[in-house]
Amino acid sequence: MITLSCEEVRREISNYLDDDMSPRKRRLLETHLEQCRKCAVLLDSTHNVLVLLADEHRFELPAGFSLRVRQMLAKEFEKAKS
Amino acid sequence: MDSTLTCPPAVGLRGFVRMQNTLVTESENDLVLKGERALVAEILAGNHERYYELIAPIQRRVYYTAYAILRTAADAEEVSQEAILKGFRALHTFRGEARFSSWLLSIVANESRMRLRQRREVSLELLKSPDNEDEYTPIELAEWREIAVEALAQKELAAHLEEALASLPEIYREVLILRDINGLTIAETSAALEISMPAVKTRLLRARLMVRDYFVSRSWARHLGFGKAQP
Repeated sequence: MITLSCEEVRREISNYLDDDMSPRKRRLLETHLEQCRKCAVLLDSTHNVLVLLADEHRFELPAGFSLRVRQMLAKEFEKAKS
Repeated sequence: MDSTLTCPPAVGLRGFVRMQNTLVTESENDLVLKGERALVAEILAGNHERYYELIAPIQRRVYYTAYAILRTAADAEEVSQEAILKGFRALHTFRGEARFSSWLLSIVANESRMRLRQRREVSLELLKSPDNEDEYTPIELAEWREIAVEALAQKELAAHLEEALASLPEIYREVLILRDINGLTIAETSAALEISMPAVKTRLLRARLMVRDYFVSRSWARHLGFGKAQP
């Protein structure tokens, strides 16, 4: 079986997280991950940082943002009616 | 081979495809699209106030898309408001084939880039300069410690995440925010930034590894409860 090198795995980590690869390449990569602790750690840590980033509640809107959007739209709706 | 033995594709990441859930996700998506189309029709028929319902759930993503590109709170807010307004005025051109959020976030990204161009008075070509083809070598770790406590307060963590994002060069920050924080697809990110899909993927890989390294290089990161990703 043809195996992937650590460099090849590193290049594919992002595609793997996006599930954007052929089933064959995916199998090769997973076989590598089972045998290479270093690459498995790289994948897990990257994945975990992305999970932190994906939690949109971590990022707050500036105070009063929603209110200002509503006020701006209310004016626009008035205009659209007249 | 049982693929669940290793890390599944991006568990818990918004916007990421999960093979085993594809059917469920697609029908859920269809329902959302249908609901959005109905809502848009109602707004176009004159019930303008219902536009708030489209905007309210995505305000944060709108703001952070603008902020990702512009990096100043004042500009980000101004451009967010302009894009929300533009979205309302152009609502008749929304075809309802993709999510409203994707459509509006593309407008936000476009407006932000236009503002950036005005601000800098430089050609956008500078931003589109070819990617550095050099390979990025991530920091190596023998073990990723598993400590299941969140030692940092949520506020503190948010500050670190913002700092991590701010530390990225612009071309990497943009793709990471659009794709990984705002959940746009690769195709949508490519359209929003007017760069090719392969360029999005190249930048995304670099951006993800860089932001990961930001945390790896800080010793407190081990307290964040990072463990092995499980399905």
